[in-house]
Amino acid sequence: MNESLRNIWTILKRELNGYFASPVAYVFIVIFLLLNGFFTFMLGGFFELGEASLSRPFFNWHPWLYLFLVPAAGMRLWAEERRVGTLELLLTMPVSPWQAIVGKFLASWAFLAISLALTFPVVISVFYLGHPDGGAIFAGYVGSLLLAGAYLAVTVATSALTRNQVISFILSVVVCFFLILAGWEPVTSLLVRWAHPDLVELIASFSVMPHFASFQRGVVDFRDLLFFASVIVFSLFGTSVILRNLRGA
Amino acid sequence: MIHVENLIKEFGPKRAVNGVSFTVKRGEILGFLGPNGAGKSTTMRMITGFIPPTSGVVRIGNFDIAEQPIEAKKLIGYLPESAPCYSDMTVNGFLRFTAELRGLRGAAIDTAVAKVAGMCFLEGVLHQSVDTLSKGYRHRTCFAQSILHDPEVLVLDEPTDGLDPNQKHEVRQIIKRMGQTKAIIFSTHILEEVEACCTRAIIIDRGSVVANGTPSELKSRAENAGSVSLRVHGIAAETLRSRLNALSVAGKVSVQGSAESVTARIFPRDRSVNGELARAVADAAVKEGWKFDELHTEEGRLDDVFRSITLPDSVKVRD
Repeated sequence: MNESLRNIWTILKRELNGYFASPVAYVFIVIFLLLNGFFTFMLGGFFELGEASLSRPFFNWHPWLYLFLVPAAGMRLWAEERRVGTLELLLTMPVSPWQAIVGKFLASWAFLAISLALTFPVVISVFYLGHPDGGAIFAGYVGSLLLAGAYLAVTVATSALTRNQVISFILSVVVCFFLILAGWEPVTSLLVRWAHPDLVELIASFSVMPHFASFQRGVVDFRDLLFFASVIVFSLFGTSVILRNLRGA
Repeated sequence: MIHVENLIKEFGPKRAVNGVSFTVKRGEILGFLGPNGAGKSTTMRMITGFIPPTSGVVRIGNFDIAEQPIEAKKLIGYLPESAPCYSDMTVNGFLRFTAELRGLRGAAIDTAVAKVAGMCFLEGVLHQSVDTLSKGYRHRTCFAQSILHDPEVLVLDEPTDGLDPNQKHEVRQIIKRMGQTKAIIFSTHILEEVEACCTRAIIIDRGSVVANGTPSELKSRAENAGSVSLRVHGIAAETLRSRLNALSVAGKVSVQGSAESVTARIFPRDRSVNGELARAVADAAVKEGWKFDELHTEEGRLDDVFRSITLPDSVKVRD
């Protein structure tokens, strides 16, 4: 293993252990699963729909569920380092800021992936009750994970902006909310009344919604993958700029 | 090993560090002194590569910290001012984490952690979570982290801050021992510490180096350094003053007290007669038959030097 991968791995391990060393991980997972169940079975009307699919009752809620849960999971990543002063320790180690950013991001993402994987009973239920399209469910999970990754990358950046976790949380909720609203159907159908359709489409293209929708339908399109990848890379790059400015000023 | 050249750091319009230059060679322990806010921590942060300087060069070994930060940082062990530790980890977990980042692998990690835990008296708390530790333990945990990989260069920002006297002594011993083969720079407010372990000291004030020398060189800059103080009894103050004034090597003489006990402070005429002054006074005392209780040459005190250099002129009060 080369040195930078090793450093990323070391930091990843530390952060992931950090989640499970405190009650944060367990509280988060329990809340996440409870809300998922509530949305799917109560609001989503999983049984009433009578469809052997997870698209509408399950994945449909994820952009909204993640809106609050992902910032909550990622808000401490840099804010805490800044508050306690361990940032100074970390960045004077023979580690590049990039390795630290990627390590932390991957750790949090892995944690979200673990939480998401624990929703497996809903998959078992749908297979037990009917004959769903396994590919579509898989695509839905991929989309959901990428969505979480995009929100998380935004949270990583806002977390580096402040030493206060609450501010970091609120900022990332606001940014992620924009990422939803810009392409949320009720909003775009309002916009289209007075704005040029091309403009509406341009704004909507910044949103996670249309890209997530195709995964939800079971379509894994390269352009959607590219979208989520670029949101993640852009936000992480933003984080490195924020960290550099922080040390410069 | 540490080479700092014309280091400047500006925070907005404020210049926190203004052209600091010095070199620390292997085997040297440099004490870094200065009032609060003088730029000590900022300088150390630039040396360790945490913040980039506005201008100037820092070289660690053969590496420029701006050009080859990773290579340079590998040579450094650093204890930041607040001794931060990851509070959600155990002491053992924290030390192992830093060991891994320092590039140690496998059994080398176990050996290194066991060694520094012993040196810093952390064996008893190894499996305790950092946030349950008292300040002294947390401080030592962070200190342990800085020496874990046996670095060539040690940068310690107030390493004895918040420790009890025994722990202070122990940390000083470690610094002294490591200083024989490494380049060490440490900042402190405790001046005895500088006398006790530094081979050289730098005083920095308002961003600039105002004094640089061995502790004894610095002490000789004190106003009363080299003066001889004499305490006798059974002689009138005025008589004593005139006798002392008559000595060829004596300069200014001040005399205080009554016939019961008179204290005189004799300053040398000039620097060249430093060594002879005490002898001349002693000879005079023997010849005149003064009953003297005390006779010694002042070495000068580091705090006096520190005060006279770093106090703004307007606040300077003569004792």
